[in-house]
Amino acid sequence: MPISSPYKPLLVLLLAGFLAALLSVGIGSTAIGFEDTLRVITGSGTELQKTLILELRLPRTLSAFATGGLLAVAGALMQVLLRNPLADPYVLGLSGGAAVGALLAMLAGVGGFLVSGSAFAGAMLATLLVFGLAHGSGSWTPSRLLLTGVVVAAGWGAIITLILSMTPASRLPGMLYWLMGDLSHAATPWPGLIILVLVCLMVFPLGRALNVLARGSLQAAALGVSVRPLEWSIYLMASLLTATAVTMAGSVGFVGLVVPHMLRLVLGNDQRLILPACALAGGTLLVLADTLARVVIAPEQLPVGVITALIGVPTFLYLLYRSR
Amino acid sequence: MTRLTTEALIIDIPGRASGVPLNLVIEPGQVWGVLGPNGVGKTTLLHTLAGLWEPRSGQLLLDGTPLGDIRRKTVSQQMGLVFQDRQDGFPATVLETALIGRHPWLLPWQMESGEDLAIAERALEALDAIHLKDRLVNTLSGGERQRVAIATLMTQSPEIWLLDEPTNHLDLQHQTAVMKLLRQQAACDRAVFMCLHDLNLAARWCDQILLLYPDGQACWGPARDMLVTSALESLFGQRLLSAELDGFPVFVPG
Repeated sequence: MPISSPYKPLLVLLLAGFLAALLSVGIGSTAIGFEDTLRVITGSGTELQKTLILELRLPRTLSAFATGGLLAVAGALMQVLLRNPLADPYVLGLSGGAAVGALLAMLAGVGGFLVSGSAFAGAMLATLLVFGLAHGSGSWTPSRLLLTGVVVAAGWGAIITLILSMTPASRLPGMLYWLMGDLSHAATPWPGLIILVLVCLMVFPLGRALNVLARGSLQAAALGVSVRPLEWSIYLMASLLTATAVTMAGSVGFVGLVVPHMLRLVLGNDQRLILPACALAGGTLLVLADTLARVVIAPEQLPVGVITALIGVPTFLYLLYRSR
Repeated sequence: MTRLTTEALIIDIPGRASGVPLNLVIEPGQVWGVLGPNGVGKTTLLHTLAGLWEPRSGQLLLDGTPLGDIRRKTVSQQMGLVFQDRQDGFPATVLETALIGRHPWLLPWQMESGEDLAIAERALEALDAIHLKDRLVNTLSGGERQRVAIATLMTQSPEIWLLDEPTNHLDLQHQTAVMKLLRQQAACDRAVFMCLHDLNLAARWCDQILLLYPDGQACWGPARDMLVTSALESLFGQRLLSAELDGFPVFVPG
């Protein structure tokens, strides 16, 4: 759609993300001032500050940014796919599948990499399950897809409860933290960041087709969009994004639902603008939420999922109440 | 100038016998009206012609080439469709809605240019909807939305215009304006093919008529030959009175 300067909101969001990251690496057990932080980033500063920022805080901040961005873009993509503002990786059971994968690995007593791999496999399995079942012998209708996702998500919820009830008490805390979303175990931010950037580059040429698809699949087909391949690629992309995010940080809820909504209210519905904006705003939101999670009851840490839900629920209700 | 031909086409309505195969030639400059009772398959026929619904048998040729052999994008530059119902999942303005008609003409990474904007605005003007351009589509009345949908097709500017009951929700003056617009398009060597409910609109504005009967029978030809009281009475199961006004037949229920 014609926007006088489509990049202005993106620049504002980019700046906000940068400031949030600066704030996040500065705050913690040892506070580091703005100027010192900038000095470290430009290559000087004391050894202690360098270690703190570059080795401890910056990777975690980048992981938070990547996770938030991935989830927000995944949510925005699914909303277009289902033509329903309620769609979100969590509502559709993708994160439920990932959680079951991760918990089973934890129950088996394996650590680190295998938990991540198992979570990723679980998310992809959930994807195939929902789309396979929703397709059935008929066609994909958005409401059928959404309903299938919701029911499958409920199934995952039951399996999660079952696993938790069979787990020895000593292993429960780690599992609960994983379920609530936690960035302290994020190994490296790079795969997530790279996937986020790649998908943003990929969706830009798809953006106008997504705008047309939002008007319904028949209308899109009549305007020359190859609907089925487009729908499959959106779904696969959204699943990949979700699986990557969940693998890094466990289940962090509400980002995929709330961020695209807020941006649509402010920026309109051009997906070419909304999708990169989601990446930036989702990332910024999670960086801030993770900073809060680290400092609210320091030296103890809260799971970041708790913060996003506590911020997300009232914000969402307020927006819903105010619209119309 | 594009010609759409159907060869022994049988549209696929689940659970219904195949009936008479359609051999239509929709020529540039013609205005077709499809008449038939509810549920007879008028919408399915339009969707089949647009390549959105597989026929049970037979084939469609666009300038002699089977429709399936042409890229979807190329087809949508040649042929466009106004749907009977529309969904607006996310709020969008009237101008944004008209602009999606440019989609087939743009490369994936291309933004809409000033020229595309001008085309959309001209179409909205032609449909008397330019004053609505910044309104959200979901706040419009039924008739206003119908005009925006036709403006979207005009923005797409295909050679073949398929319309599913284009006069739905329109008041009398806009019905006439839309029909005049469609005739103008036909005069510019485009083909217009629409489903209608109003016999008198068909009699006044269409030059070719296709009658679809519930049992799968069908007949088609020049309007003069098709709009015969006895044929229409059996089509709708309704007695009709007819008269001639200004050289056009007029039908009222008897």
